[in-house]
Amino acid sequence: MRKLGQIAGPLAVIGMLIAAWWITVVQSGSVIFPTPWQVVTGTYELVEQGTLLDHIGASLYRVGVGFFLAVALGVPLGLLMGWVAGAFTMLNPIIQILRPISPIAWIPLAILWFGVGDLSPIFLIFLSSIFPIVVQTISGVHTIERQYLRAAQNFGVSRTRLFGRVVIPAVLPQIIIAMRVGLGVAWLVVVAAEMIALRSGLGYLIIDSRNAGNRYDLVIAGMVIIGVTGLFLDSAMRRLEGLKAVRWRYAR
Amino acid sequence: MPAKIAVRDVRKSFPTAANGPLPVIGGLDFEVADSEFVAIVGPSGCGKTTLLNILAGFERPDGGCVAIDGVVRNGPSPKGIVISQQGSVFPWLTVQQNLMFGLNGHANRRALADHYIELVGLKGFEKGYPHELSGGMLKRVEMARALVVKPEILYMDEPLGALDALTGLRMRIELRRILSEERHTCLLVTHNVEEAIHLADRILVLSPRPTRIQASFAVPLRHPRDLASPEAQRLKVAILRELGL
Repeated sequence: MRKLGQIAGPLAVIGMLIAAWWITVVQSGSVIFPTPWQVVTGTYELVEQGTLLDHIGASLYRVGVGFFLAVALGVPLGLLMGWVAGAFTMLNPIIQILRPISPIAWIPLAILWFGVGDLSPIFLIFLSSIFPIVVQTISGVHTIERQYLRAAQNFGVSRTRLFGRVVIPAVLPQIIIAMRVGLGVAWLVVVAAEMIALRSGLGYLIIDSRNAGNRYDLVIAGMVIIGVTGLFLDSAMRRLEGLKAVRWRYAR
Repeated sequence: MPAKIAVRDVRKSFPTAANGPLPVIGGLDFEVADSEFVAIVGPSGCGKTTLLNILAGFERPDGGCVAIDGVVRNGPSPKGIVISQQGSVFPWLTVQQNLMFGLNGHANRRALADHYIELVGLKGFEKGYPHELSGGMLKRVEMARALVVKPEILYMDEPLGALDALTGLRMRIELRRILSEERHTCLLVTHNVEEAIHLADRILVLSPRPTRIQASFAVPLRHPRDLASPEAQRLKVAILRELGL
């Protein structure tokens, strides 16, 4: 019964929003703004053409590669900066300067360096997600409770063992949060990153639908698909929180 | 033969923003014999934990020194293991893995770990994670993890302070039982006078900041001790009087 309420409630809210949208469009007699049904038929049109999956696949591929690179570089960098005070002193200022620069501002440079192929959006997605990953990982290392480090020191373990057996497991829950945030941001900037993409991706779909004939039904279809895919990505990341190695963090 | 632990004129201050250095430990001198159990009681904020951290090698004194077996100590070592109030059992390792943590390179570490798990009454929980255990059981894990590396010295900083009264009492009896089977030199810091009388051979009372030794009491009672006995009660009153109560 409670489970039903957990699903029925949110569905009712979404239903009401769609109804309000529909009524508003019909009432205003807009010829350009689509009704929800037009969005559905537009989406179906894309499915029939066979392009919808290509767009989703292209976006997922770029986000996947950019995000993977950000994790592969950001987590070790965050661990290093968190653990070695000298590395933090050296690198933190430059990271804090680069961090607030929107990935959109990098677009001209991305085109200059990587052209308009897949590499440019991958680079932009990488840039957007590496900073939250680094910052969160650093704070994970900095907030390891001192009694654990002292206990490890007390037992006289080597530095590698201390790192592998204490530091990494202690920071792992924070790394998972870092990855969740990083992937969220990566997916968030996919539209901007694909403004410069060639002929594929959900961002391209949105921009192209607007440019080529004011197909606002497809614009909204692209938006909805981005939202739903983002939800799926996040719930997939949340599953990592159930891993045995980090369950201690969430158990209490 | 040198004393197991020799504390020579140890001093420690902490910097404060407003008033310059705040002297916490104002010159401490005492010795602990091999296999002796010494309890240190004192008013809160008198630097008991700082003292224990200095003894265990985690902090350096500003003046004076601590010698273990006649050798000046300058860092933590597995020869002396700390059991603290907040506990430091690694939550990401099982009970067994926690005990094996300090036994790296040991030939039969699993068997040794299991032996100590049984000694503290946690048989059956080897594969359990700390978050699945109660506070009292967690304390047993912490104790077993300290004992399994066969430390010569146990430093205990309010080890039972976080437990409820009944569990704390039970753990004291357990600790006494284990200490009768294995000889360790023990240093216990506590604000619980009864706990000190229950466990220790000798009790040092510290003064308020900057702390010094204000009084020293031998506890000439045989184990198992009866805390309701007139001798124990007299001792308790005398110690509490030293603490201004």
